[in-house]
Amino acid sequence: MAVNADSKQHDTERAIETVWRIESARIIAGLTRIVRDVGVAEELAQDALLAAVTQWSKSGIPQNSGAWLMATAKHRAIDYLRHRKLADTKHEILGRELAEREKETPDLAAAMDDDIGDDLLRLVFIACHPVLATEARVALTLRLLGGLTTSEIARAFLAAEPTIAQRIVRAKRTLSEAGVPFEVPRGDDFTARLASVLQVIYLIFNEGYAATSGDDWMRSSLCDEAMRLGRILVGLVPDEAEAHGLLALMEIHASRAKARVGPSGEPILLLDQDRSRWDHLLIHRGLAALAQSEHLSEKRGPYTLQAAIAACHARTAVAAETNWAQIAALYDELLATAPSPVVELNRAVAVGMARGPAAGLQLVDALYGNAALKNYHLLPAVRGDFLQKLGRPSEAREEFARAAAMAQNSRERDLLLDRARACTGTG
Amino acid sequence: MRVMVFIKASEYSEAGGLPPTEMFEVMGKYNEQLVKAGVMLAADGLTPSSKGKRVKFSGDTPTVIDGPFAETKELIAGYWIWQVRDMDEAVQWLKRGPFGGSGVEIELRPIGDVNDFETFTPELRERRARLLEQMEKPGYKRG
Repeated sequence: MAVNADSKQHDTERAIETVWRIESARIIAGLTRIVRDVGVAEELAQDALLAAVTQWSKSGIPQNSGAWLMATAKHRAIDYLRHRKLADTKHEILGRELAEREKETPDLAAAMDDDIGDDLLRLVFIACHPVLATEARVALTLRLLGGLTTSEIARAFLAAEPTIAQRIVRAKRTLSEAGVPFEVPRGDDFTARLASVLQVIYLIFNEGYAATSGDDWMRSSLCDEAMRLGRILVGLVPDEAEAHGLLALMEIHASRAKARVGPSGEPILLLDQDRSRWDHLLIHRGLAALAQSEHLSEKRGPYTLQAAIAACHARTAVAAETNWAQIAALYDELLATAPSPVVELNRAVAVGMARGPAAGLQLVDALYGNAALKNYHLLPAVRGDFLQKLGRPSEAREEFARAAAMAQNSRERDLLLDRARACTGTG
Repeated sequence: MRVMVFIKASEYSEAGGLPPTEMFEVMGKYNEQLVKAGVMLAADGLTPSSKGKRVKFSGDTPTVIDGPFAETKELIAGYWIWQVRDMDEAVQWLKRGPFGGSGVEIELRPIGDVNDFETFTPELRERRARLLEQMEKPGYKRG
Protein backbone atom coordinates (compact mmCIF):
# COMPACT_ATOMS: atom_id res chain seq x y z
CA MET A 1 0.00 0.00 0.00
CA ALA A 2 2.79 2.37 0.96
CA VAL A 3 4.35 1.75 -2.44
CA ASN A 4 1.12 2.74 -4.13
CA ALA A 5 0.83 5.91 -2.11
CA ASP A 6 4.44 6.73 -2.93
CA SER A 7 3.99 6.16 -6.61
CA LYS A 8 0.80 8.22 -6.58
CA GLN A 9 2.69 11.01 -4.85
CA HIS A 10 5.42 10.62 -7.45
CA ASP A 11 2.91 10.85 -10.31
CA THR A 12 1.43 14.00 -8.80
CA GLU A 13 4.86 15.57 -8.49
CA ARG A 14 5.69 14.73 -12.08
CA ALA A 15 2.40 16.15 -13.27
CA ILE A 16 2.98 19.33 -11.27
CA GLU A 17 6.45 19.64 -12.79
CA THR A 18 4.89 19.37 -16.22
CA VAL A 19 2.29 22.03 -15.47
CA TRP A 20 5.11 24.24 -14.24
CA ARG A 21 7.14 23.77 -17.39
CA ILE A 22 4.16 24.73 -19.50
CA GLU A 23 3.01 27.66 -17.38
CA SER A 24 6.03 29.17 -15.66
CA ALA A 25 7.05 31.63 -18.38
CA ARG A 26 3.54 33.04 -18.66
CA ILE A 27 3.19 33.30 -14.89
CA ILE A 28 6.58 34.95 -14.38
CA ALA A 29 5.86 37.32 -17.26
CA GLY A 30 2.48 38.30 -15.80
CA LEU A 31 3.92 38.75 -12.33
CA THR A 32 6.85 40.82 -13.57
CA ARG A 33 4.36 43.28 -14.99
CA ILE A 34 2.76 43.61 -11.55
CA VAL A 35 5.87 43.74 -9.37
CA ARG A 36 8.32 45.15 -11.96
CA ASP A 37 11.16 42.92 -10.82
CA VAL A 38 11.87 39.66 -12.56
CA GLY A 39 13.65 38.15 -9.55
CA VAL A 40 10.74 38.88 -7.21
CA ALA A 41 8.31 37.63 -9.84
CA GLU A 42 10.13 34.34 -10.10
CA GLU A 43 10.16 33.93 -6.32
CA LEU A 44 6.45 34.62 -6.12
CA ALA A 45 5.80 32.16 -8.91
CA GLN A 46 7.85 29.55 -7.03
CA ASP A 47 5.76 30.26 -3.91
CA ALA A 48 2.63 29.61 -5.92
CA LEU A 49 4.15 26.38 -7.17
CA LEU A 50 4.87 25.26 -3.60
CA ALA A 51 1.28 26.07 -2.65
CA ALA A 52 0.16 23.96 -5.59
CA VAL A 53 2.30 21.02 -4.50
CA THR A 54 0.78 21.12 -1.01
CA GLN A 55 -2.77 21.55 -2.22
CA TRP A 56 -2.70 19.19 -5.17
CA SER A 57 -0.96 16.38 -3.29
CA LYS A 58 -4.10 16.21 -1.16
CA SER A 59 -6.85 17.09 -3.58
CA GLY A 60 -5.40 16.00 -6.91
CA ILE A 61 -4.55 18.26 -9.84
CA PRO A 62 -7.44 20.49 -10.84
CA GLN A 63 -8.70 20.59 -14.40
CA ASN A 64 -7.66 24.22 -14.84
CA SER A 65 -4.27 23.81 -13.19
CA GLY A 66 -2.71 26.63 -15.20
CA ALA A 67 -5.38 29.14 -14.22
CA TRP A 68 -5.11 27.99 -10.59
CA LEU A 69 -1.38 28.65 -10.55
CA MET A 70 -1.82 31.99 -12.27
CA ALA A 71 -4.51 33.13 -9.82
CA THR A 72 -2.53 31.98 -6.77
CA ALA A 73 0.60 33.69 -8.06
CA LYS A 74 -1.31 36.88 -8.72
CA HIS A 75 -2.67 36.93 -5.16
CA ARG A 76 0.85 36.53 -3.84
CA ALA A 77 1.95 39.44 -5.99
CA ILE A 78 -0.80 41.69 -4.70
CA ASP A 79 0.02 40.70 -1.10
CA TYR A 80 3.66 41.42 -1.78
CA LEU A 81 2.90 44.89 -3.08
CA ARG A 82 0.54 45.68 -0.18
CA HIS A 83 3.23 44.76 2.30
CA ARG A 84 5.93 46.64 0.47
CA LYS A 85 3.77 49.68 0.05
CA LEU A 86 4.38 50.49 3.70
CA ALA A 87 8.10 49.85 3.37
CA ASP A 88 9.19 52.18 0.59
CA THR A 89 7.98 54.69 -1.91
CA LYS A 90 8.90 52.83 -5.06
CA HIS A 91 6.51 50.13 -4.09
CA GLU A 92 4.01 52.62 -2.86
CA ILE A 93 3.83 54.00 -6.38
CA LEU A 94 3.44 50.54 -7.81
CA GLY A 95 0.79 49.76 -5.20
CA ARG A 96 -1.13 52.87 -6.12
CA GLU A 97 -0.90 52.08 -9.83
CA LEU A 98 -2.09 48.60 -9.08
CA ALA A 99 -5.04 49.85 -7.03
CA GLU A 100 -6.00 52.10 -9.94
CA ARG A 101 -5.69 49.31 -12.39
CA GLU A 102 -7.84 47.15 -10.17
CA LYS A 103 -10.48 49.86 -10.29
CA GLU A 104 -10.38 49.92 -14.08
CA THR A 105 -10.27 46.18 -14.51
CA PRO A 106 -11.88 44.47 -11.56
CA ASP A 107 -10.59 41.08 -12.65
CA LEU A 108 -6.86 41.50 -12.69
CA ALA A 109 -6.28 37.84 -13.43
CA ALA A 110 -8.35 38.06 -16.60
CA ALA A 111 -6.52 41.22 -17.63
CA MET A 112 -3.25 39.42 -17.05
CA ASP A 113 -4.34 36.66 -19.39
CA ASP A 114 -5.30 39.07 -22.15
CA ASP A 115 -1.93 40.74 -22.30
CA ILE A 116 0.11 37.64 -21.79
CA GLY A 117 1.62 37.74 -25.28
CA ASP A 118 3.01 41.23 -24.65
CA ASP A 119 4.25 40.24 -21.22
CA LEU A 120 5.99 37.19 -22.61
CA LEU A 121 7.73 39.32 -25.23
CA ARG A 122 8.81 41.79 -22.53
CA LEU A 123 10.18 38.86 -20.56
CA VAL A 124 12.15 37.67 -23.60
CA PHE A 125 13.65 41.13 -24.01
CA ILE A 126 14.51 41.47 -20.33
CA ALA A 127 16.19 38.06 -20.19
CA CYS A 128 18.34 38.98 -23.21
CA HIS A 129 19.07 42.52 -22.05
CA PRO A 130 22.51 43.91 -23.05
CA VAL A 131 23.22 44.90 -19.45
CA LEU A 132 23.82 41.16 -18.88
CA ALA A 133 26.80 39.14 -20.05
CA THR A 134 25.95 36.76 -22.89
CA GLU A 135 26.22 33.64 -20.76
CA ALA A 136 23.90 35.21 -18.18
CA ARG A 137 21.38 35.96 -20.94
CA VAL A 138 21.50 32.35 -22.03
CA ALA A 139 21.01 30.96 -18.51
CA LEU A 140 18.23 33.39 -17.69
CA THR A 141 16.39 32.72 -20.94
CA LEU A 142 16.46 28.97 -20.36
CA ARG A 143 15.36 29.44 -16.78
CA LEU A 144 12.61 32.02 -17.27
CA LEU A 145 11.32 31.12 -20.73
CA GLY A 146 12.29 27.50 -21.11
CA GLY A 147 11.23 26.58 -17.57
CA LEU A 148 14.46 24.61 -17.10
CA THR A 149 15.78 24.05 -13.60
CA THR A 150 19.21 25.26 -12.56
CA SER A 151 20.42 21.69 -12.46
CA GLU A 152 19.16 21.01 -16.00
CA ILE A 153 20.90 24.12 -17.31
CA ALA A 154 24.13 23.10 -15.52
CA ARG A 155 23.97 19.61 -17.03
CA ALA A 156 23.31 21.01 -20.47
CA PHE A 157 26.28 23.37 -20.34
CA LEU A 158 28.64 20.96 -18.57
CA ALA A 159 28.87 23.45 -15.72
CA ALA A 160 28.62 23.05 -11.96
CA GLU A 161 25.17 23.70 -10.55
CA PRO A 162 26.31 26.40 -8.07
CA THR A 163 27.98 28.24 -10.96
CA ILE A 164 24.74 28.43 -12.90
CA ALA A 165 22.74 29.26 -9.76
CA GLN A 166 25.15 32.11 -9.04
CA ARG A 167 24.97 33.31 -12.62
CA ILE A 168 21.17 33.46 -12.49
CA VAL A 169 21.03 35.17 -9.09
CA ARG A 170 23.56 37.75 -10.24
CA ALA A 171 21.73 38.34 -13.51
CA LYS A 172 18.47 39.02 -11.70
CA ARG A 173 20.24 41.36 -9.30
CA THR A 174 21.89 43.22 -12.19
CA LEU A 175 18.53 43.73 -13.90
CA SER A 176 17.01 44.96 -10.67
CA GLU A 177 19.87 47.32 -9.84
CA ALA A 178 19.99 48.70 -13.35
CA GLY A 179 16.26 49.34 -13.12
CA VAL A 180 15.74 47.74 -16.52
CA PRO A 181 12.15 48.54 -17.48
CA PHE A 182 9.74 45.76 -18.31
CA GLU A 183 8.91 46.85 -21.82
CA VAL A 184 9.27 46.09 -25.49
CA PRO A 185 11.89 48.49 -26.91
CA ARG A 186 10.95 50.71 -29.85
CA GLY A 187 12.56 51.84 -33.09
CA ASP A 188 16.26 51.22 -33.62
CA ASP A 189 16.52 49.96 -30.10
CA PHE A 190 14.05 47.22 -30.98
CA THR A 191 16.21 45.98 -33.87
CA ALA A 192 19.34 45.86 -31.73
CA ARG A 193 17.58 44.13 -28.85
CA LEU A 194 15.90 41.62 -31.14
CA ALA A 195 19.34 40.80 -32.53
CA SER A 196 20.42 39.93 -28.98
CA VAL A 197 17.38 37.68 -28.52
CA LEU A 198 18.11 35.87 -31.79
CA GLN A 199 21.75 35.49 -30.84
CA VAL A 200 20.86 33.96 -27.46
CA ILE A 201 18.50 31.45 -29.05
CA TYR A 202 21.08 30.54 -31.69
CA LEU A 203 23.77 30.09 -29.02
CA ILE A 204 21.50 27.68 -27.16
CA PHE A 205 20.88 25.80 -30.38
CA ASN A 206 24.58 25.56 -31.24
CA GLU A 207 25.46 24.36 -27.76
CA GLY A 208 23.02 21.49 -28.26
CA TYR A 209 24.24 20.89 -31.81
CA ALA A 210 27.82 20.56 -30.57
CA ALA A 211 26.81 17.75 -28.21
CA THR A 212 28.22 14.35 -29.04
CA SER A 213 26.59 10.98 -28.57
CA GLY A 214 28.36 10.23 -25.30
CA ASP A 215 26.99 13.41 -23.72
CA ASP A 216 24.09 13.72 -21.36
CA TRP A 217 20.88 13.86 -23.42
CA MET A 218 20.15 17.17 -21.71
CA ARG A 219 22.83 18.72 -23.92
CA SER A 220 21.33 17.70 -27.21
CA SER A 221 17.85 18.61 -25.95
CA LEU A 222 19.07 22.22 -26.05
CA CYS A 223 18.36 22.08 -29.80
CA ASP A 224 14.72 21.29 -29.08
CA GLU A 225 14.63 24.04 -26.44
CA ALA A 226 16.07 26.56 -28.87
CA MET A 227 13.62 25.58 -31.61
CA ARG A 228 10.76 25.85 -29.14
CA LEU A 229 11.95 29.33 -28.16
CA GLY A 230 12.29 30.20 -31.84
CA ARG A 231 8.71 29.09 -32.51
CA ILE A 232 7.43 31.05 -29.52
CA LEU A 233 9.34 34.12 -30.70
CA VAL A 234 7.93 33.87 -34.20
CA GLY A 235 4.46 33.88 -32.64
CA LEU A 236 5.33 36.99 -30.62
CA VAL A 237 6.95 38.99 -33.45
CA PRO A 238 5.35 37.48 -36.56
CA ASP A 239 6.46 40.36 -38.81
CA GLU A 240 10.17 40.01 -38.10
CA ALA A 241 11.82 38.30 -41.07
CA GLU A 242 14.98 37.35 -39.20
CA ALA A 243 13.01 35.57 -36.45
CA HIS A 244 11.57 33.33 -39.18
CA GLY A 245 15.03 33.11 -40.74
CA LEU A 246 16.57 31.88 -37.50
CA LEU A 247 13.80 29.33 -37.00
CA ALA A 248 14.32 28.11 -40.58
CA LEU A 249 18.07 27.84 -40.03
CA MET A 250 17.64 25.84 -36.82
CA GLU A 251 14.99 23.52 -38.23
CA ILE A 252 16.97 22.74 -41.37
CA HIS A 253 20.16 22.13 -39.38
CA ALA A 254 18.32 19.99 -36.84
CA SER A 255 16.86 17.95 -39.70
CA ARG A 256 20.35 16.45 -40.19
CA ALA A 257 20.82 15.46 -36.55
CA LYS A 258 20.46 11.71 -37.12
CA ALA A 259 22.67 11.67 -40.20
CA ARG A 260 25.60 13.67 -38.91
CA VAL A 261 26.93 11.08 -36.49
CA GLY A 262 28.08 7.57 -37.37
CA PRO A 263 27.40 4.39 -35.39
CA SER A 264 30.46 4.86 -33.18
CA GLY A 265 29.89 8.57 -32.65
CA GLU A 266 32.19 9.80 -35.42
CA PRO A 267 31.10 12.97 -37.22
CA ILE A 268 29.83 12.56 -40.78
CA LEU A 269 30.37 15.55 -43.06
CA LEU A 270 27.41 17.05 -44.87
CA LEU A 271 28.39 15.68 -48.27
CA ASP A 272 28.88 12.16 -46.92
CA GLN A 273 25.62 12.01 -44.99
CA ASP A 274 22.94 9.47 -45.75
CA ARG A 275 20.27 11.95 -46.78
CA SER A 276 17.43 9.49 -46.33
CA ARG A 277 18.06 9.92 -42.62
CA TRP A 278 17.27 13.62 -42.73
CA ASP A 279 14.12 14.63 -40.92
CA HIS A 280 11.70 15.77 -43.56
CA LEU A 281 9.08 17.24 -41.27
CA LEU A 282 11.74 19.65 -40.02
CA ILE A 283 12.95 20.37 -43.57
CA HIS A 284 9.39 21.04 -44.63
CA ARG A 285 8.88 23.41 -41.70
CA GLY A 286 12.27 25.06 -42.22
CA LEU A 287 11.56 25.73 -45.90
CA ALA A 288 8.17 27.19 -44.96
CA ALA A 289 9.79 29.47 -42.35
CA LEU A 290 12.40 30.55 -44.92
CA ALA A 291 9.69 31.36 -47.45
CA GLN A 292 7.90 33.40 -44.79
CA SER A 293 11.06 35.36 -44.02
CA GLU A 294 11.70 36.08 -47.70
CA HIS A 295 8.07 37.11 -48.08
CA LEU A 296 8.36 39.59 -45.20
CA SER A 297 11.56 41.30 -46.29
CA GLU A 298 13.27 41.72 -49.63
CA LYS A 299 16.64 42.23 -48.02
CA ARG A 300 17.73 38.96 -46.49
CA GLY A 301 19.42 39.15 -43.10
CA PRO A 302 22.27 36.87 -41.97
CA TYR A 303 20.04 34.18 -40.43
CA THR A 304 17.79 34.09 -43.47
CA LEU A 305 20.80 33.84 -45.79
CA GLN A 306 22.33 31.02 -43.78
CA ALA A 307 18.94 29.29 -43.83
CA ALA A 308 18.80 29.78 -47.61
CA ILE A 309 22.21 28.10 -47.91
CA ALA A 310 21.11 25.23 -45.66
CA ALA A 311 17.94 24.98 -47.76
CA CYS A 312 19.97 24.44 -50.95
CA HIS A 313 21.40 21.30 -49.35
CA ALA A 314 18.06 20.28 -47.86
CA ARG A 315 16.40 20.37 -51.28
CA THR A 316 19.07 18.15 -52.85
CA ALA A 317 18.68 14.38 -52.44
CA VAL A 318 22.11 13.43 -53.75
CA ALA A 319 25.18 15.38 -52.66
CA ALA A 320 26.73 15.26 -56.13
CA GLU A 321 23.79 17.26 -57.51
CA THR A 322 24.31 20.21 -55.15
CA ASN A 323 23.91 23.58 -56.83
CA TRP A 324 27.25 25.04 -55.71
CA ALA A 325 27.03 28.10 -57.93
CA GLN A 326 23.84 29.12 -56.15
CA ILE A 327 25.41 28.48 -52.76
CA ALA A 328 28.50 30.54 -53.69
CA ALA A 329 26.19 33.40 -54.73
CA LEU A 330 24.37 33.18 -51.38
CA TYR A 331 27.72 33.36 -49.58
CA ASP A 332 28.53 36.49 -51.59
CA GLU A 333 25.29 38.02 -50.34
CA LEU A 334 26.04 36.89 -46.79
CA LEU A 335 29.52 38.42 -46.94
CA ALA A 336 28.04 41.72 -48.05
CA THR A 337 25.57 41.65 -45.13
CA ALA A 338 27.66 40.14 -42.36
CA PRO A 339 31.34 39.93 -43.31
CA SER A 340 33.40 37.35 -41.42
CA PRO A 341 36.53 35.32 -42.20
CA VAL A 342 34.66 32.06 -41.49
CA VAL A 343 32.01 33.00 -44.05
CA GLU A 344 34.82 33.79 -46.52
CA LEU A 345 36.26 30.34 -45.95
CA ASN A 346 32.86 28.74 -46.49
CA ARG A 347 32.48 30.77 -49.66
CA ALA A 348 35.85 29.47 -50.83
CA VAL A 349 34.59 25.92 -50.34
CA ALA A 350 31.46 26.65 -52.39
CA VAL A 351 33.49 28.35 -55.13
CA GLY A 352 35.92 25.41 -55.17
CA MET A 353 32.99 23.06 -55.70
CA ALA A 354 31.35 25.28 -58.34
CA ARG A 355 34.39 26.34 -60.38
CA GLY A 356 36.99 23.79 -59.44
CA PRO A 357 39.71 23.39 -56.81
CA ALA A 358 42.12 25.90 -58.38
CA ALA A 359 39.61 28.75 -57.97
CA GLY A 360 38.92 27.61 -54.39
CA LEU A 361 42.61 27.39 -53.54
CA GLN A 362 43.17 30.94 -54.74
CA LEU A 363 40.52 32.23 -52.31
CA VAL A 364 41.84 30.12 -49.43
CA ASP A 365 45.40 31.33 -50.00
CA ALA A 366 44.15 34.89 -49.76
CA LEU A 367 42.83 34.05 -46.28
CA TYR A 368 46.20 32.92 -44.97
CA GLY A 369 47.58 35.55 -42.67
CA ASN A 370 44.08 36.51 -41.50
CA ALA A 371 44.54 36.75 -37.72
CA ALA A 372 41.01 35.57 -36.93
CA LEU A 373 41.67 32.26 -38.70
CA LYS A 374 45.16 31.73 -37.29
CA ASN A 375 44.14 28.84 -35.06
CA TYR A 376 41.14 27.72 -37.08
CA HIS A 377 41.74 24.10 -38.06
CA LEU A 378 39.29 24.19 -40.97
CA LEU A 379 41.49 26.61 -42.91
CA PRO A 380 44.32 24.07 -43.47
CA ALA A 381 41.71 21.30 -43.76
CA VAL A 382 39.99 23.08 -46.66
CA ARG A 383 43.33 23.95 -48.26
CA GLY A 384 44.40 20.33 -47.94
CA ASP A 385 41.22 19.22 -49.65
CA PHE A 386 41.84 21.53 -52.63
CA LEU A 387 45.50 20.45 -52.89
CA GLN A 388 44.51 16.82 -52.85
CA LYS A 389 42.01 17.39 -55.65
CA LEU A 390 44.68 19.25 -57.61
CA GLY A 391 46.96 16.20 -57.38
CA ARG A 392 49.45 17.68 -54.91
CA PRO A 393 49.34 14.94 -52.24
CA SER A 394 52.46 15.78 -50.25
CA GLU A 395 51.35 19.39 -49.72
CA ALA A 396 47.85 18.14 -48.95
CA ARG A 397 49.21 15.71 -46.35
CA GLU A 398 51.06 18.53 -44.65
CA GLU A 399 47.92 20.66 -44.47
CA PHE A 400 45.79 17.81 -43.05
CA ALA A 401 48.44 17.12 -40.42
CA ARG A 402 48.51 20.79 -39.51
CA ALA A 403 44.73 20.86 -39.29
CA ALA A 404 44.75 17.75 -37.08
CA ALA A 405 47.18 19.36 -34.68
CA MET A 406 44.88 22.37 -34.38
CA ALA A 407 41.58 20.48 -33.98
CA GLN A 408 40.04 20.66 -30.50
CA ASN A 409 37.72 17.72 -30.88
CA SER A 410 39.36 14.27 -30.83
CA ARG A 411 36.89 12.80 -33.33
CA GLU A 412 37.66 15.55 -35.78
CA ARG A 413 41.37 15.10 -35.19
CA ASP A 414 41.09 11.39 -36.06
CA LEU A 415 39.20 12.22 -39.22
CA LEU A 416 41.91 14.68 -40.31
CA LEU A 417 44.73 12.26 -39.51
CA ASP A 418 42.95 9.65 -41.63
CA ARG A 419 42.84 12.10 -44.49
CA ALA A 420 46.55 12.91 -44.06
CA ARG A 421 47.37 9.19 -44.20
CA ALA A 422 45.22 8.75 -47.30
CA CYS A 423 47.36 11.25 -49.22
CA THR A 424 49.82 8.99 -50.94
CA GLY A 425 52.35 9.67 -53.65
CA THR A 426 54.46 12.70 -54.28
CA GLY A 427 53.81 15.92 -56.08
CA MET B 1 10.03 13.80 -28.67
CA ARG B 2 7.39 13.88 -31.31
CA VAL B 3 3.87 12.65 -30.62
CA MET B 4 1.00 12.01 -32.97
CA VAL B 5 -2.37 12.87 -31.52
CA PHE B 6 -5.25 11.04 -33.14
CA ILE B 7 -8.69 12.52 -32.93
CA LYS B 8 -11.24 9.78 -33.30
CA ALA B 9 -14.26 10.20 -35.47
CA SER B 10 -17.69 10.89 -34.03
CA GLU B 11 -21.15 10.51 -35.51
CA TYR B 12 -20.97 14.21 -36.10
CA SER B 13 -17.69 14.19 -38.00
CA GLU B 14 -18.82 11.14 -39.93
CA ALA B 15 -22.01 12.93 -40.97
CA GLY B 16 -19.73 15.45 -42.66
CA GLY B 17 -21.18 18.28 -40.64
CA LEU B 18 -18.79 21.05 -39.85
CA PRO B 19 -18.52 21.67 -36.14
CA PRO B 20 -20.76 24.46 -34.84
CA THR B 21 -19.21 27.94 -35.02
CA GLU B 22 -18.47 28.13 -31.31
CA MET B 23 -16.65 24.79 -31.45
CA PHE B 24 -14.60 26.11 -34.37
CA GLU B 25 -13.70 29.12 -32.30
CA VAL B 26 -12.62 27.25 -29.19
CA MET B 27 -10.65 24.77 -31.26
CA GLY B 28 -9.05 27.64 -33.13
CA LYS B 29 -8.04 29.21 -29.84
CA TYR B 30 -6.65 25.93 -28.59
CA ASN B 31 -4.65 25.40 -31.78
CA GLU B 32 -3.32 28.93 -31.45
CA GLN B 33 -2.15 28.16 -27.91
CA LEU B 34 -0.35 25.07 -29.18
CA VAL B 35 1.35 26.98 -31.97
CA LYS B 36 2.35 29.88 -29.72
CA ALA B 37 3.84 27.49 -27.17
CA GLY B 38 5.97 25.96 -29.91
CA VAL B 39 4.29 22.59 -29.47
CA MET B 40 2.40 22.18 -32.74
CA LEU B 41 4.41 20.95 -35.71
CA ALA B 42 1.64 19.85 -38.04
CA ALA B 43 -2.09 19.25 -38.11
CA ASP B 44 -4.73 18.05 -40.53
CA GLY B 45 -8.37 17.12 -40.49
CA LEU B 46 -9.80 14.21 -42.48
CA THR B 47 -13.03 14.14 -44.48
CA PRO B 48 -15.73 11.64 -43.43
CA SER B 49 -15.10 7.97 -44.20
CA SER B 50 -17.89 8.14 -46.81
CA LYS B 51 -15.27 9.77 -49.05
CA GLY B 52 -12.67 7.16 -48.19
CA LYS B 53 -11.82 3.76 -49.56
CA ARG B 54 -10.29 0.63 -48.18
CA VAL B 55 -8.25 -1.86 -50.10
CA LYS B 56 -8.21 -5.37 -48.77
CA PHE B 57 -5.51 -7.85 -49.72
CA SER B 58 -6.88 -11.24 -48.91
CA GLY B 59 -7.28 -13.21 -52.18
CA ASP B 60 -5.33 -12.98 -55.41
CA THR B 61 -6.66 -9.60 -56.37
CA PRO B 62 -7.09 -6.72 -53.97
CA THR B 63 -10.68 -5.75 -53.19
CA VAL B 64 -11.61 -2.10 -53.01
CA ILE B 65 -14.26 -1.23 -50.47
CA ASP B 66 -15.95 2.16 -50.62
CA GLY B 67 -16.73 4.10 -47.46
CA PRO B 68 -18.49 4.90 -45.24
CA PHE B 69 -17.22 2.46 -42.66
CA ALA B 70 -19.34 1.40 -39.76
CA GLU B 71 -17.11 1.30 -36.71
CA THR B 72 -17.12 5.09 -36.12
CA LYS B 73 -15.17 4.95 -32.88
CA GLU B 74 -12.21 3.32 -34.57
CA LEU B 75 -12.03 5.83 -37.38
CA ILE B 76 -9.73 8.80 -37.33
CA ALA B 77 -11.05 12.28 -37.97
CA GLY B 78 -7.81 14.20 -37.75
CA TYR B 79 -4.36 14.39 -36.30
CA TRP B 80 -1.80 16.67 -34.79
CA ILE B 81 1.94 16.26 -34.56
CA TRP B 82 3.38 17.78 -31.42
CA GLN B 83 6.90 18.40 -30.21
CA VAL B 84 6.99 17.83 -26.46
CA ARG B 85 9.59 16.96 -23.85
CA ASP B 86 7.84 13.80 -22.74
CA MET B 87 4.49 12.01 -22.76
CA ASP B 88 3.48 13.78 -19.53
CA GLU B 89 3.68 17.09 -21.31
CA ALA B 90 1.60 15.78 -24.20
CA VAL B 91 -1.06 14.54 -21.79
CA GLN B 92 -1.03 17.85 -19.96
CA TRP B 93 -1.54 19.74 -23.21
CA LEU B 94 -4.35 17.45 -24.23
CA LYS B 95 -6.10 18.00 -20.91
CA ARG B 96 -6.15 21.69 -21.76
CA GLY B 97 -8.09 21.02 -24.94
CA PRO B 98 -11.76 21.91 -25.31
CA PHE B 99 -12.95 18.34 -25.13
CA GLY B 100 -14.52 18.22 -21.67
CA GLY B 101 -17.72 16.18 -21.53
CA SER B 102 -17.71 15.49 -25.26
CA GLY B 103 -17.20 11.76 -24.80
CA VAL B 104 -14.47 11.90 -27.43
CA GLU B 105 -11.44 9.67 -26.99
CA ILE B 106 -8.07 10.89 -28.15
CA GLU B 107 -5.04 8.72 -28.62
CA LEU B 108 -1.43 9.83 -28.14
CA ARG B 109 1.36 7.84 -29.77
CA PRO B 110 5.07 8.65 -29.81
CA ILE B 111 6.30 8.76 -33.40
CA GLY B 112 8.86 6.11 -34.30
CA ASP B 113 11.73 6.81 -36.55
CA VAL B 114 12.29 5.16 -39.90
CA ASN B 115 15.98 5.81 -39.32
CA ASP B 116 15.88 3.18 -36.61
CA PHE B 117 15.43 0.48 -39.24
CA GLU B 118 18.93 -0.49 -40.19
CA THR B 119 17.75 -3.01 -42.78
CA PHE B 120 17.62 -0.25 -45.40
CA THR B 121 20.25 -0.83 -48.07
CA PRO B 122 22.19 2.15 -49.47
CA GLU B 123 20.14 1.90 -52.69
CA LEU B 124 16.90 1.98 -50.74
CA ARG B 125 18.16 4.94 -48.78
CA GLU B 126 19.02 6.86 -51.89
CA ARG B 127 15.62 6.11 -53.38
CA ARG B 128 13.95 7.28 -50.21
CA ALA B 129 16.04 10.46 -50.20
CA ARG B 130 15.05 11.18 -53.83
CA LEU B 131 11.42 10.54 -53.03
CA LEU B 132 11.53 12.87 -50.07
CA GLU B 133 13.29 15.49 -52.20
CA GLN B 134 10.41 15.25 -54.67
CA MET B 135 8.02 15.87 -51.81
CA GLU B 136 9.74 19.14 -50.93
CA LYS B 137 9.42 20.49 -54.48
CA PRO B 138 6.95 23.35 -54.85
CA GLY B 139 3.70 22.27 -56.41
CA TYR B 140 3.68 18.93 -54.68
CA LYS B 141 2.18 20.33 -51.52
CA ARG B 142 -1.53 20.68 -51.20
CA GLY B 143 -3.26 24.05 -51.55
